[in-house]
Amino acid sequence: MRDDTMTAGPKATAQAAFKDLAREPGVPKPDPILVVDNVVRRFGGLTAVEVSHVEIQRGSITALIGPNGAGKTTFFNQLTGFDTADSGTWTFNGRPMNGLPAHKVVRAGMVRTFQLTKALSRLTVLENMRLGAQKQKGESFWRALVPSFWREQEDEITERAEELLARFKLDAKRDDFAGSLSGGQRKLLEMARALMVRPELVMLDEPMAGVNPALTQSLLGHVKDLREQGMTVLFVEHDMDMVRDISDWVIVMAQGAVIAEGPPSTIMSDQRVIDAYLGAHHDAPLSDSELAAQLHEAEAALEAEIHDPGATRSASTAPGAETTEETQK
Amino acid sequence: MDWLTILTTTVHAAIGWETVVYGLAAIGVNIHFGYTGLLNFGQAAFMAVAGYGLAVSVTVMNLPFWIGILVGLAAAAVLALLLGIPTLQLRADYLAIVTIAAAEIVRLVFRSVYFKDIFGGSDGRRGFNTDFYAMNPYPPGRYGIGPFGFGERTMWLLTVGWIVVLLCCLVVYLLMKSPWGRVLKAIREDEDAVRALGKNVFAYKMQSLMLGGIIGCFGGFFYGLYNGSVQPDVFGTEMTFFAYTIVILGGAARVFGPVVGAMIFWVLFVFIGNTLAELVANGYIPFMSTIQVGPIRYALVGLGFILLLVVRPQGIFGDKREIAIDAR
Repeated sequence: MRDDTMTAGPKATAQAAFKDLAREPGVPKPDPILVVDNVVRRFGGLTAVEVSHVEIQRGSITALIGPNGAGKTTFFNQLTGFDTADSGTWTFNGRPMNGLPAHKVVRAGMVRTFQLTKALSRLTVLENMRLGAQKQKGESFWRALVPSFWREQEDEITERAEELLARFKLDAKRDDFAGSLSGGQRKLLEMARALMVRPELVMLDEPMAGVNPALTQSLLGHVKDLREQGMTVLFVEHDMDMVRDISDWVIVMAQGAVIAEGPPSTIMSDQRVIDAYLGAHHDAPLSDSELAAQLHEAEAALEAEIHDPGATRSASTAPGAETTEETQK
Repeated sequence: MDWLTILTTTVHAAIGWETVVYGLAAIGVNIHFGYTGLLNFGQAAFMAVAGYGLAVSVTVMNLPFWIGILVGLAAAAVLALLLGIPTLQLRADYLAIVTIAAAEIVRLVFRSVYFKDIFGGSDGRRGFNTDFYAMNPYPPGRYGIGPFGFGERTMWLLTVGWIVVLLCCLVVYLLMKSPWGRVLKAIREDEDAVRALGKNVFAYKMQSLMLGGIIGCFGGFFYGLYNGSVQPDVFGTEMTFFAYTIVILGGAARVFGPVVGAMIFWVLFVFIGNTLAELVANGYIPFMSTIQVGPIRYALVGLGFILLLVVRPQGIFGDKREIAIDAR
């Protein structure tokens, strides 16, 4: 799989992988990095997440979309160990991940960002970045006391952090407090910091929320870049333009369940997706008797208008419109 | 007006035993609150278990002095574990509630009639510092410059005390500029973000709670050693809140903040108290009696702190930029 990636380009490879897949929820992928089975999370009587099966293709950009309250973020929280699922299993690179605390999920190579950006305000931008590095020996208590144990490693980490900061155009801010950055810059910092972990799977929770349009383009570029570097991206997003622009595959959630999957070009014309977003039967035909009544009313209104133009128009059409709405409900 | 006495007591307060005891307590609180963002309102309990650990080992169990010190240290570590395991996984305010309650439980247990044979009830324990002063290398006499100076016993306590304070500062300095300290500071800012970067937040918070508690417990030792006794009511919530005041005065998350904060705290306390007492005794304030000096002193000291924090909300060593970020 990786060799293909090198020769044909990650984007082409990713899209080739999706070419002949069925548009069904839970469709098996050729090379899944993450496989989720029967994940259920209930809050009291409310079932927030009930995903029976879903797979995420390695080396692709997969979008997770759905109307508000569909359970996308809750689903993210289950997968990343920030919340405990009531039941279900999921494997990352074949390794079972359910029940693992958040920090171990990250160490396995699955890193996430948050919808509400979590910049560590009173740490400098560079310190934020350094924190993302894994296996820093100086992070253990006793070794921390002796700088010679970790100094060299710290220098390597700093070097990598500076490269990433330069890539994300934050290098000028390296010594500023993260709390002094703008909203968009914080998003960039959070993404860059997540990359310090050297993840295989990057999970972005609404990376574009609250970012100005100029910065959106730059963020989009960075997300595409992750795929170019061989990482897998799963992101939650509301903005359909963005989803269409960068994702290779789209998974749609509604009311806690995965209801559809498909390529971004066709997913929004999928009937199940339209129903989920706009409500089922929003354009369904009325029953015959209702139709006849409606027709009759419209004719009566027309008749009235012909006989007495002007005066009765509003009076006669308004009640007709109201009854139509009522029958629809 | 005896200005010389006021001057000498004030200078003594700046480096005196109270400054050592409260400075150590505050260094511990600074690790908890200043660096890690843990609201530990039970610092007095760490000092109490240390003081009592030493006192009970020596007086009741007839163990050597150094074993007493080890018992005190172990007691502080165990207390940190007991407090931390149930609460550190919860939201920050739970720790505040549990620690303040635990500190009161500890004090009331030491005070209880049921355990009077062990802890000595409300009288506490005395007579455990002989071994400490037996190690005193200073020959009897007075040490100091001009009117300022201490007897050989106080001198010995202060020597050891300030060495411990400086060692603790060194440890805090080394730790807080290390990657370990960076994780702590990050936890203070947002622990979920730290978790999302693969750090075991619970373990770090526990280490922080233990370290701060153990440093605070040295304050408990020096309290007992200077006074020659420990009583339960000394380790009330007041002690914890003095330590917090000191941390905020000196500037939270600064290595020397607690030390300088403790100096300012006790200088103000002693200076205002003694000046008031002298003024009243010499009839300069006719409407006040000497008995009223005590409470008024607290009020004035409080006013002094309010004024200091109005002028420097970030504390003596704090960084104004950090406070500005907080306000967002």
